[in-house]
This record gives sequence, structure tokens and C-alpha cells, in this order.
Amino acid sequence: METAIKEPTTSKSNFKSEEYFINMGPQHPATHGVLRLLLTIDGEIIKKVDPDLGYIHRSIEKMCEKNSYQQIVHLTDRLDYLSSHINNEAVCLCVENALELEVPERVKVIRTILGELTRIASHTLWWGVMGMDVGALTSYFYGFRDREMINDIFEETCGARLTMNYNIPGGLMQDIHPNFVKRVKEFIPHFRSKLPEYDRLLTGNIIFQKRTKGVGILTKEDAINFGASGPVARASGYSCDVRKHHPYSALDRVNFTEALDTTGDSFARYQVRIAEMWESLNIIEQLIDNIPEGDFKVATNAVIKLPKGDFYQKVETARGEFGVYIISTGTKNPYRVKFRSPGLSNLSLLNHITVGGKIGDLVATMATIDIVVPDIDR
Amino acid sequence: MGYFSNIYYGIGTLLTGMRVTGKYFINARKGAITQQYPDNRDTLKMFERFRGEVVMPHDENNEHSCTGCQKCEIACPNGSIEIIWDRVIDPETGKKKKAIDQHIYHFGMCTQCGLCVDACPSDAIKWAQNFENSVYDRTQLTRILNKPGSKVRAGVEE
Amino acid sequence: MNSISHIIDWFINTEVLNMAMIALIYLTVFAVLGLFLVLLERKVAAWFQLRIGPNRVGYLGLFQTIADALKLVSKELTGTEKADKFLYNLAPYFVIVTSLMALAVFPFTKDLQAFDINIGIFFLIAISSIGVIGILLGGWSSNNKFALIGAMRSGVQTVSYELSVGLSLLTMVILTGSLQLSEIIEVQKGGWLIVQGHIPAIIAFMIYMISGTAETNRAPFDMVEAESELGAGYHTEYSGMKFAYFFLAEFINMFIIAAIATTVFFGGWLSPFGITESLPWMGLFWFLAKTFVLVFLMMWFRWTFPRLRIDQLLTLEWKYLLPINLVNLVLMAVIVWLNLTIQI
Repeated sequence: METAIKEPTTSKSNFKSEEYFINMGPQHPATHGVLRLLLTIDGEIIKKVDPDLGYIHRSIEKMCEKNSYQQIVHLTDRLDYLSSHINNEAVCLCVENALELEVPERVKVIRTILGELTRIASHTLWWGVMGMDVGALTSYFYGFRDREMINDIFEETCGARLTMNYNIPGGLMQDIHPNFVKRVKEFIPHFRSKLPEYDRLLTGNIIFQKRTKGVGILTKEDAINFGASGPVARASGYSCDVRKHHPYSALDRVNFTEALDTTGDSFARYQVRIAEMWESLNIIEQLIDNIPEGDFKVATNAVIKLPKGDFYQKVETARGEFGVYIISTGTKNPYRVKFRSPGLSNLSLLNHITVGGKIGDLVATMATIDIVVPDIDR
Repeated sequence: MGYFSNIYYGIGTLLTGMRVTGKYFINARKGAITQQYPDNRDTLKMFERFRGEVVMPHDENNEHSCTGCQKCEIACPNGSIEIIWDRVIDPETGKKKKAIDQHIYHFGMCTQCGLCVDACPSDAIKWAQNFENSVYDRTQLTRILNKPGSKVRAGVEE
Repeated sequence: MNSISHIIDWFINTEVLNMAMIALIYLTVFAVLGLFLVLLERKVAAWFQLRIGPNRVGYLGLFQTIADALKLVSKELTGTEKADKFLYNLAPYFVIVTSLMALAVFPFTKDLQAFDINIGIFFLIAISSIGVIGILLGGWSSNNKFALIGAMRSGVQTVSYELSVGLSLLTMVILTGSLQLSEIIEVQKGGWLIVQGHIPAIIAFMIYMISGTAETNRAPFDMVEAESELGAGYHTEYSGMKFAYFFLAEFINMFIIAAIATTVFFGGWLSPFGITESLPWMGLFWFLAKTFVLVFLMMWFRWTFPRLRIDQLLTLEWKYLLPINLVNLVLMAVIVWLNLTIQI
């Protein structure tokens, strides 16, 4: 990376300062996976951040072209593995829309509940890791304790903790477990009592506030220009919640407020995510008591053939807008599948908002952008 | 905020944080959230739907219900199921009938997506809750699910 | 021949052998103590974090760190190719030797003190500043940019926080009128200094604990290691026993900081209200008990607070701790001058 090293800046003093290049990742505690950041630094001050991707590229989009529509679903588990249920839902919704298939109300409600649980699980993990990135190691375990309860719910109903693959085009793989409602109802008051603890431990902490307030400021214009979505964009005041603007599944019948902030700094992104956890609890609470009776799936052909044309469906994952674009030529395999992942566009603004900050700021900002590397690389 | 109120506020928030962790420290005896694996092997029970590995249940007569329809093989996204079948003459009706020779399951390629079990029309394969899957040689991950000498249960039709 | 016998005489008269024996005992005791401090840290961290902590090696995991030490001894000593080999190998010794040297002056009981010099506090401050040279050397010589950033941060941090440690101790020295540690404890027979000096002493104690934590490079001031930023900071390239020296020194330094606080603020080996005055050996118990309470406090800090950023670290020192410290120093002087100290 010879190009990254600039000529030594000559100053009038006897000391010459020189920018240098440092390789953060692909194995680094703060890059959350195998992301490589090429940093140009002047002392502690960051001059340029250049993310280098491709270390976990598995060509999932290409694999989709070989698989049938049922089989594509499980591949999306492996994109943003923390919102795997929502990713599955996106593919299923896209296929169902293309087939003009109306799924039972029960399916819609269950999908929404599971989706919001996924969001909470993702945000609790993010909260723990956020604490770890700024140096408070204990928050990690408190976050994981609460996430574990959701994972148990998933495991009991869906059969897996992370890559659930519970959705199929036309409904769900199996009906919810008899314990599901009971467990979710246990979880809601538990988590409501723990969320204020999150605030006491981290949000209110003066060191944490100093680390995040006024750091990594993203303006609303830039958020729109960079195609940011999810909590990152909402923290800058850009109302972009797909759940609100283009409701899918059972989200059209629930009342919730879109978490918005206008500051656009790391602390705002943090606050938006905390607020989203509260809102997700509200959504679950509204739906959990009235899951309609009915079938858990509608019968589809064993071989699903989409009509000729292209189809797009977007959903709101824990990280932002996730889109599935399928071009079909009428065969049992898609001609082309494109996933619009929130991670990639959110990562693209990293250089924009971290330049001029310190190394510590970069880590804190990266934590609030909340990247999942397989989601970026696909 | 003034200089001193800043200090006062800062110390206040720090003490609030310390109270949270301190509370957990005092109650540490009451329960860790971590599990003592593998000490708890006897009590550790996975949920019934947990997708560990695909197995083919056999009854006491060494009979299974796999007809060799290959729906699981088609449903599998990774090609981890491979069915070797043959046509045998049914002794009762005298007609030729499809029967499996070997139901080969490449566990090393399996992503536990559950599509095969979902696709099976005769519930011949199901999920087992075993999760301790490490082996020294990956050939051990290729499993033949039907037991030697087993045959399809009477009455299970294609 | 005359000269040789002269040297032998000198050996016997100055009790060099005795001193060597004492040094050896101290070394063994504190190396083991350091190991158990590591274990304590891990256990305390586990209890804060809803975990169980080490529980496999020995009863309740008591031998976990001994096993770790054996592992580290048996590991290969690696290094970067273009490292400055001499400095690279020298650095860990700087760190460990200075922290062990500081232990010599502590009065564990009235009689158990290896080295009672009349400039005890000064000696401690001086010695604890040398340790940072090892960190700087290690970071510089290992030819790794992450290590270099860590070392530079360490330099900045120590230069700043040395001031606060020194000034807060100086505040107490006004009260004691002596730098000798044994005499400082004698003064406290009329009440621990934190009681005698009341408000300024409490302020000095708080500043001392903050800057002491910073001196040992522990969270929330662990900019030097900053796991999530620099990987492992200055000791990124060290392995095996050389890494263990850095690691052990960190924990012994923590003990030293707590032990200084015990001696200066909490009456050292003096029992509360003199309840065990008739049993002099109980002094050791009281000394260690007080020290470990303070060590626990530092662990509590570490497992609760996020890390500061490097510029905030300096803001805290130069804009908050230092001015308060200077005012506090004057306040203490006034209190001593007007005889407003509390004597029991």
C-alpha cells in the first residue's frame, strides 16, 4: 500500500511528522469478523479509512441461481446471521408475492413476532459488543444473558438458535411450539426489567457518553446520499423504517413509533437501538395474545416456479433495509438473485464519519454502525 | 454545566454503574448464566425440535419407512443426501417395487436446514438431538442411515 | 590476600548473604502472590459477569494460574524479525524488576519490613516511574505499529499521571511530616490519615485511586493495551515468559498501588481502633486485608467502566485532577497549619 503513505509534511519546526499506514484486521478484535481496514494515521488521528472486503465471500447470490426457491431461504440465514429470521422472511415474502399467494393470518403474526424477537436478540448482542468495544467488558455478558432467553425460544420452536430457516414459501416449516407463547410472555417482563439496567451500566456512564457523544457525526443528507438505512440513518433523522413505510406481514396492524434521533452521532445511534428494543417489545406484546388460529402454511407445489419477471421485496432487519431482488425466467431456479444488504451501504460511510477522529473513535463508531461482515461480503 | 457539577455528575454516573455490577457480584452465588459443559452432559437436554443430525428410525423388526422416493435428495440444497436404490420384486404382489439399498447422509455437507425432513412424505427420516459431532476423520461423517438388513415397513407406500 | 579477607569481612559485616536470602524470599512470595492476584482477578471478573470463573485446576481452580505460568514458561519465545533484539529482550526485565523493587519498602508489620529508608514515598514514586521505560522499550523495539502506538500512549499517560500520584501523596506527607513509611504509620496511631486529614485526605485518596489505576495501565485507563483498539498494545509481539513478566508486573503493580494507599491513608498494619494491638503479627493480616479491599476496588473499576479515549485521559488529568490536587495541597497545608486535623 505504497499509495497510502504520503510525503512527509514539512513544517517549520525541527520535528517532521509523517502519516503512516496500519492494517486493522482481517483478524482484529474490533472488526467483528474478517473485515480489513486500511488505516492511514497521523499519530492517533485517522486520515483515511479504507475497508477491504472479500475475506468471507461465499458467492451466495450465485449459489441462489442453482437452487430452487425453497432452498434459497436457508442461504439467507448465512448473510446477516443475527437477523436470520427476517432475511428468511424477505425471501419468502418475495416468492409469495410473485406467486400471488396469500399466507394465513397466523403465519403473518408469528413471522412478525419472531422477527421482532430477532431484532431484540440482535440488538442485545450489539449492546454487549458495543460495551466491549469501548472497554466495558461486563456488558457483554449481560447482553448475552438476555439474548440467551430469546435463543431458547427460537431453539424450541424453530429447531436452531441462529440459522433458523423456519420460514418456507407459503408459511412456516412447522407450527409454533406449545410453550412458545408462555416463554415469550416470560421474556417480556424479564427484559423490561433488564433494559433500565443497560442504561444504568452504560448509557448513563460519563465515560461512555464522552466516548460516543459528538463522535462520528452523520448528517441527514449524507445518510441519504450514502444509502444508509436502519438505526444508522434513523439516528440522523432520516425516517426510513420499512416496517413503518411499507409494512409487511402483520406490521400494518400494530402501533409503534419509529425511533428517531436528529444528532447523528454515535450516541444517537446507540439511543435509537435502545429505543428500538423497547418498541419491539411493544410490538410483540400487542401480537402475542392474539395469534389467530389457522394453518401454519398454505400448500405450494413441490416445485415452485415463479412467473416470468422481476420481483423485489424489502424488509427491515436489525441493521436496516434488506432487499431481495429476484429475476425469474419462469423456471424452477431464479435467473438472478440480488440481495440489498444494509451492512454494505452502512459500512461505506465509515470513512466519511471517522476521518479526523482518534483510533478509539473509529472503534466506537464501528460498533454503533453495527456491521456483520458476512452480510457485507455475501 | 459548571466545572464542579460536572465532576459531581460524573462521579454519580460512575457509582450508578458500579452499583449494577456490584449487585451482580453479591448475588454471584445465586447463579451463573454459563453452563458447566461437559459436566452437565447427563442433565443437558436439547429441545425436541433441535436439529442435530438426520437419522432414520428403525423399529424392533429392523424396519424403516423409507420408500426410496428421493424427495429428500431433491430437497437438499447441498447434496448431502444420496440414495442408492434398486427395483426389487415384491414377494406378495409380484410387482417390481423401488427399494433403497443405501440412504447415504453426508453429514459434513449438511447445513441442518431441515428441508429433507420437511419433504419426506412417509416420515422416514427425522432429526436427532445429538450435537457432539466432532470426529477425527471426515469420512466418519458420511453415514449410511438405513441399518444393514433392514427393509421397508409393510404398508408404507410411495 | 589482605584484600580478599577484607572483601569477605565486608560480606559478613554488611550481611549481604542475609540480604540475598531476604530478597529471594520476597521474590518467591510475591511471584506467587502475583499469580494468585491473577486468579483473584479472574474470579472477581467472573462473579461480576455472571460466570463461574476458573474451576478446573485444583480445588476451586486454585492452581489455574500456576498451570498458566507453567504453560507460559514452556512456550516458545517468539519475536519479530526486525525487532531491536537487545531492547526487545531487556524491556520485560525493566518492568518486572522495578515492580519487585518497590515491594521492598513496605512495612507489613511493625517488624516485617525489608528496607526502611527515610525517603520511602519518594523511592516508591521514583521506582514506579521506571517501569514505564520497559513498556516504552518493548513497544518501540518490537517493530510493530500497534505496539508502538501502545507504548507512546503509555508514555503520555504515565508522564501525566505521575504528577497526580506524586501530588496526592505529597498532600498526605504534609500531614505526616515524614517520607519514611514506618514513621507514617507511627503517626497514624492517633487515627488513620484519611480520618486525621478528613476532607482534603478523602479528596487526595480519590485522586490517588484514579491516578493509581492509570499508573498501572488498567481499565478504564488501559489505553496502553486497549484490546479492542490495538489488539494487545505494547506486548503484542511478546510471548512465553517475557509476556508473563509484563503480565505479572501489571498485577504486582496493582498490589503496590493498593499497598501504598493502605500505608498512607489507612494506617498500614494498624488494626481498626487498636483491637489487636497485643498481637503484633496480626498486623500482616490487617495490612493485607486493607490492601485487598483496595485491589478489589480497582478490579471493580475495571469490570464496570468503559475505556477513556487518549485525549479524554489527558483532559481528566490536566483539567481536573491536577488543579484539584494543587488546591487540595494548599487546603491540607492550611488545615495542618491551623491544627484542624482530627485526632482520636
